[in-house]
Amino acid sequence: MLVTNIEIIPGKRITKHLGLVQGSSVRAKHLGRDIMAGLKNIFGGELKGYTELLQESREEAMERMIQQAEAVGANAVLNVRFSTSSVAAGAAELFAYGTAVVLE
Amino acid sequence: MIDLIIFLALLALGYGFGRYAELKHYRSIIQREKELRDIPAVATKFPPLTKAVDVALVSGSVVISVDYFKRFVAGLRNLIGGRVTAYESLLDRARREAILRMKEEARAFGGHIIFNIKLETSSIHKGRKNGVGAVEVMAYGTVLIKPRKIS
Repeated sequence: MLVTNIEIIPGKRITKHLGLVQGSSVRAKHLGRDIMAGLKNIFGGELKGYTELLQESREEAMERMIQQAEAVGANAVLNVRFSTSSVAAGAAELFAYGTAVVLE
Repeated sequence: MIDLIIFLALLALGYGFGRYAELKHYRSIIQREKELRDIPAVATKFPPLTKAVDVALVSGSVVISVDYFKRFVAGLRNLIGGRVTAYESLLDRARREAILRMKEEARAFGGHIIFNIKLETSSIHKGRKNGVGAVEVMAYGTVLIKPRKIS
């Protein structure tokens, strides 16, 4: 499965458009990380726990998007976008979407 | 009285460690930007349609928190309005770090140029005093990988 955020792949032709595919994942932070983050809020600096957490959930969102693309018979997802929104206090939604296509 | 002492101690800690962390971070950013200058990241959506190349999605993200002192200064700034330099440097650091991480991933793929770079920023609210606790910046783009020459 080829995943990219450009619309044209050099040297490859799109034979079929299969529409939008999407995947999302909602995650809450856990307490241990929150305590560390509280400390970091005094000293400043990178919150590694959060970086990892968001990275993981983004990968999961992408995984779900790819599963959907496979289900409709695509072999590539073009023009992928990511978006983040906070649903409730302490939980964030990571969302990935793109166009499923068949490349020759 | 004790409250005041704790407050001042937090301010001092925030100022000291925050400043040190920022200086160290900027030094590392400038150093790594120099090393990764050979992989340009451009915002163009359309790559040149020459030869067939491999492509891959690369991304980098970082969550950076602001220190206690800066949050206090930004709070004061809220009263009179104007530029909030305390947060400007925070966002600048986060963006440059995210782009660097993306480029590092691109290098691991053996790519030579990144197309259609997008930056996404979101603030992670702590819920207290509705201040900006930390920001997350994610950079992503498509890296073009030259096919290996057979030599």
